[in-house]
Amino acid sequence: MSIENLKTYDPFAEADDDSGQTKQTQEYIHIRIQQRNGRKTLTTVQGIPSKFDHKKILKVVKKEFACNGTIISDTESKGMGEVIQLQGDQRLKIKEFLTNKNEGLGLDEKTIKVHGF
Amino acid sequence: MDAEKPEVQRRTSRKSVAFTDERLVVDADGNVTMIASPNDDTRETAMSHTPRTPPLHAALGAFTDASQALAADPVEGDGLDLSLMKKKKKKAKKDDEDADGGDEAAPAEGEEVIDLSMKKKKKKKAPKEDDEFAKKLEALKLEGKDGDELPTEETEQDGDMEKGTGIWGHDETKTVAYDPLLARFFTLLAQKNPDHASSGTRSYKIPPPQCLREGNKKTIFANIAEICKRMKRTDEHVTSYLFAELGTSGSVDGARRLVIKGRFQQKQIENVLRTYIIEYVTCKTCRSPNTELSKGENRLYFITCNSCGSRRSVQAIKTGFSAQVGKRRKMQQG
Repeated sequence: MSIENLKTYDPFAEADDDSGQTKQTQEYIHIRIQQRNGRKTLTTVQGIPSKFDHKKILKVVKKEFACNGTIISDTESKGMGEVIQLQGDQRLKIKEFLTNKNEGLGLDEKTIKVHGF
Repeated sequence: MDAEKPEVQRRTSRKSVAFTDERLVVDADGNVTMIASPNDDTRETAMSHTPRTPPLHAALGAFTDASQALAADPVEGDGLDLSLMKKKKKKAKKDDEDADGGDEAAPAEGEEVIDLSMKKKKKKKAPKEDDEFAKKLEALKLEGKDGDELPTEETEQDGDMEKGTGIWGHDETKTVAYDPLLARFFTLLAQKNPDHASSGTRSYKIPPPQCLREGNKKTIFANIAEICKRMKRTDEHVTSYLFAELGTSGSVDGARRLVIKGRFQQKQIENVLRTYIIEYVTCKTCRSPNTELSKGENRLYFITCNSCGSRRSVQAIKTGFSAQVGKRRKMQQG
């Protein structure tokens, strides 16, 4: 009986699982900016958790920020996952949207990294 | 009357300001600069100081003209003023709080005279109230002096701290009051550690990045070598961080200047450099910028602090996703 008791806990499997989970939580959401020609810029948001529907997010965000945007698929972004790309410098707005608990996604601010100048 | 009441208040408030002024001036003139710092706190503390000091000048007054001081005691304004004036003369050498008492008295006297000459003018009313208040204060002080009289001598906290005279003498047995002690502590601290003076806002200074425009679409970051030297980081590391953050590319020209594609202003580069310093230069434990970046055993970069010895790993610089901008995109698709 006691041996069976011991079996219920497999340290290695657990550890593996755990590390995977921590990696999930460690994943940052990167908000970047890119310059285009002239005064124009692009904002890219990389790493939004897949539990959210990116299309819906984009739809809401486009309306709210009054800008256009696309979703760049995994294949197109060369393994960086789905990336939301918005026109113009929307970094602060998108950050606010991601962290807002009532109208946004309610994500933790620590998981978001804003890059660029 | 309504118009006058605010005036009274203003006067009193101005008076309190004058108090602090007085104190500062005395400090600047006199040898006792050390008393300045703890004293210019608030009015409340100043008030709390006063009971301690009047015994002093009271005692001094008692030495010179005990009879007058005693006679002046509670009621007679003139006598009171006289005695105070005498004290004031003595005061020049003494503590600054004495100066307070004296200077407060002096204007009081002057206004008293004016009051006598041209009797009830409306304007004078407010000052008169003030005078009365001041008088009462003085009376209180004097009474206080009469009360605790002799132990006063101890409270004379005089002497030069630097030279070790007065209360600061080596063989001095008098107990030193808290405020001078505190002031002494801070002056000594500032003396022995000159760089502490700015330590409150000590910041890590690097030369500001010089940004020039090359043509219409490129920015030249001219003094990157200098900045890197200052931060003790390799050019390549800083460059790759800049490119990753700005989402562009670039190259190094002949004079080791960095040419960045895109238009960037100095402020923007500064911001990026600031984040770089936070991330890759300053020690997270002791905040010292005196650190070294080295490649560890297994592809990881480590920052080793030279001042506290802590070691931590830092993230490698990752470019992340960057969208294709411009003609290339069309080329790829079409």
